[in-house]
Amino acid sequence: MTTQRTSGRRKQAFAAAAAVAALLTTAACGGGGSDDNNGSKTGAAGFDAANNKVAQASLVKKGGTLRFGGAQDADSWDTTRGYYGFMWDFARYYSRQLVTGKAEPGKAGAELTPDLATGLAKVTDDGKTYTYTLRDGITWEDGKAITSKDVKYGIERVWAQDVLSGGPTYLKDFLDPKGEYKGPYKDTSKDKLGLKAITTPDDKTIVFHLPKANSDFQEVLGLVSASPVRQDMDTKSKYSLKPFSSGPYKFESYSPGKSLTLVRNTNWKQSSDPVRKAYPDKITVQFFSDANQLDQRLLNGDLDLDINQTGMSPQGRTTALKEHKANLDNPISGYIRYAAFPQSVKPFDNVECRKAVILGADHVSLQTARGGPVAGGDIGTNMLPPSVPGAEGQKYDPYNIAGADKNGNVEKAKAALKACGKPNGFSTTIAVRNNKPVEVATAQSLQASLKKVGITAQIDQFDGSQTTGIIGSPENVKKKGYGIIIMGWGPDFPTVQGFGLPLWDSKYIAPSGNNNFALINDKTIDGLFDQYVTTLDDAGKTKLSTEINHKVMEGAYYLPFTFEKFINWRGDNLANVYTTDNYSGTYDFVNLGLKNPKK
Amino acid sequence: MTAPLHEPTAEAAPSAAEEAAAAAAGEKVVQGRSLGRIAWERLKRDKLALTGGIVVLVLIVIALLAPVITHLLGQDPDTFNEKLIDPLFGTPTGSLGGISGDHLLGVEPVNGRDILARILYGARVSLLVGFLSAVVAVVLGTVLGILAGFFGGWVDSLISRVMDGLLAFPQLLFTIALVSVMPNDMLGLSGSNVRVFVMILVIGFFGWPYIGRVVRGQTLSMREREYVEAARSLGAGRFYILFKELLPNLVAPIIVYTTMMIPTNILTEAALSFLGVGVKPPTSSWGQMLSSAIDYYESDPMYMVVPGVAIFITVLAFNLFGDGVRDALDPKASR
Repeated sequence: MTTQRTSGRRKQAFAAAAAVAALLTTAACGGGGSDDNNGSKTGAAGFDAANNKVAQASLVKKGGTLRFGGAQDADSWDTTRGYYGFMWDFARYYSRQLVTGKAEPGKAGAELTPDLATGLAKVTDDGKTYTYTLRDGITWEDGKAITSKDVKYGIERVWAQDVLSGGPTYLKDFLDPKGEYKGPYKDTSKDKLGLKAITTPDDKTIVFHLPKANSDFQEVLGLVSASPVRQDMDTKSKYSLKPFSSGPYKFESYSPGKSLTLVRNTNWKQSSDPVRKAYPDKITVQFFSDANQLDQRLLNGDLDLDINQTGMSPQGRTTALKEHKANLDNPISGYIRYAAFPQSVKPFDNVECRKAVILGADHVSLQTARGGPVAGGDIGTNMLPPSVPGAEGQKYDPYNIAGADKNGNVEKAKAALKACGKPNGFSTTIAVRNNKPVEVATAQSLQASLKKVGITAQIDQFDGSQTTGIIGSPENVKKKGYGIIIMGWGPDFPTVQGFGLPLWDSKYIAPSGNNNFALINDKTIDGLFDQYVTTLDDAGKTKLSTEINHKVMEGAYYLPFTFEKFINWRGDNLANVYTTDNYSGTYDFVNLGLKNPKK
Repeated sequence: MTAPLHEPTAEAAPSAAEEAAAAAAGEKVVQGRSLGRIAWERLKRDKLALTGGIVVLVLIVIALLAPVITHLLGQDPDTFNEKLIDPLFGTPTGSLGGISGDHLLGVEPVNGRDILARILYGARVSLLVGFLSAVVAVVLGTVLGILAGFFGGWVDSLISRVMDGLLAFPQLLFTIALVSVMPNDMLGLSGSNVRVFVMILVIGFFGWPYIGRVVRGQTLSMREREYVEAARSLGAGRFYILFKELLPNLVAPIIVYTTMMIPTNILTEAALSFLGVGVKPPTSSWGQMLSSAIDYYESDPMYMVVPGVAIFITVLAFNLFGDGVRDALDPKASR
């Protein structure tokens, strides 16, 4: 999943200083929140009250306007093209899928539940055929019924990457790995439904035929890119400006980068939808160019929550932690922040030299640079995010990262250097994005602790918007001698495949836009992934996930920094709030309600 | 009256005599030396300029001795002290940005590096870039300005147009673009040294037209003077006239412009570092400290105040000194 908010907003920060000072006074006068975890005078539920559990569900009242704010607009509101995590979460307001994540907090939220379909898939033919039946009463915003052909057409749009780029392409990769279908816009068949891998025997039935089994296929159908789109309403590249709604809300107005308003879709029937509660009457989103400004509006109570869900910026966070702790949640984001060691750059072709970096690093210092245990996250000890089945969290710690050697172990690191044939250390370059101050801080921390073991590292800050061409190009990485690359990654869908396949499988090494930065080319890991996609039982999948993680850690390709956490703002007026692992620990937007609709 | 050579007389006598001598004879040796003496006497009386000069000297000494001073204080600019950081907020524990007996100006948020040590080391970068880029600009500006003014014709046209072009060039944007494409290792330099080298060259290169114009103007007005004519009629070569007759008379305006240029260069360096194209971490620089302080302006204002004050004092000192030098060297300037 792509990260959202950018952090290059220094000039605005100056301008905001005065405003923040003013805000501080207001906050102090308002009586503020209290530190206890049992709620505050202002009605906030308490610190972490909505983290993996439901906060104030009984206080919710129907109606009112739910007010979002954001520092960044979505990459696209077109269900086929959006890749930002918050867009997927928000898209459930105006789109439905065959299956989707349960409307439950925490881990349960990541489990699939039928949405447009009457039940989960009937899987036959050794996991190669998936059959769904659509439920009754499902309608578009103009009242017409949603048919299986609409679902097929919506999925076919993923093939039209030349027009509708940007979204995840798993559906295409799984259903048509050879790329034989050219997409609906180049389709020569009359009804534009020429994709052979999907058949629609009648308006209520849809059948998927996979050329090769993939045990995560249903997970992929739960992404918003599998939403139905009606052919006569498809405005191609303009669809993102006004998607045609199949959910409880529809677009009223949208001005990119400024504001977005959704109103009730009167043709949506609660009885046809087991997932969405649709409490508010209206949903507004206001976009700001400056994150500090957004944080102020949240603290003031002018807005209910942040649509980007990437956590507050340092200034607002400090104020919020000091004065409004009851309004905050501290969930695990599903992201892992890490350093990768490209094996093409000497001496990182030698496993012992990679180990030396892992052993020599001061992990507490790295955690502090990421923002500390609360705003940054727990020290990462392995490469599988805790929200993914098969993950062991800090229990699996092969290098004692969070244990005895959490401040780095100079002797062990020097021993590893000796084994690597570099007893006096070596010099290398750390590549880090220049638009993420936190990442630059981690690079400096790593630089300082590596110096103690004799590894001299130079920091090279590259243009953060050019990631695909700079660190995504193995040729460039080798040329520039980037031995250490600082990055982060979150799962597209919560499985080892949704997280690790692009990072660890040798097939995913690409000349540009590469994410397998460490250039892992390990037959064992590739084999485990192949085995994973054909394993259909959950226990077997979990076991293989664990095994893949262990193999990656044994290869010492990565130095994990943190299992990321973030500080998220929950407005006083919000009710029925909970975080879900389906969207990386963010609030489940679709079931948020208000306590006082008139406010 | 036990002091026969009292100050007023000592000062008045040579200057009066000198002015008379300059007007009458125009002998170059006497003229050069006397000008310096007049200036020195004037400068000594200007308390503000003198203070500025002393501060500048102190700064230079501090920058040169930065490793010694930090060592004596038991600090190091690159050592992390996370124990002094509140893990919840990332800001230093204790009041005023963690000021204590060990850390006289506090510590940086997040990593707890000693701010005083980083300010001292930062002074090295600021002054180095400030001085050396001024040297580059002065050398280029003087040589090209004097050539343009003396030879005139197409040489003058060419150099003047180049100066016009450079003055219209978006220097800051160009520098940002240039620095981001610079290799990590160059001419045997690596890391921050590459950046410092590039900054010196670029700031100096874009600075020379300012001096070049002044030198050209002065040369134009002087090349027809009688002493130049006299030298020419005695058979002096072009380069003799250029460097022995004209250049000594240009020393005053050049010195003035140099002292005024250094603080501007220091500010440019700070701006570049602020924008992230200055020195590389962990090398410290005032501009870079300011830029990272922005994320903490509310929770740890001291972190922003310290480098800000350092830049302010340095630039102010140079400007005061520069003003004094200008007044001292230009007898016609009114106070």
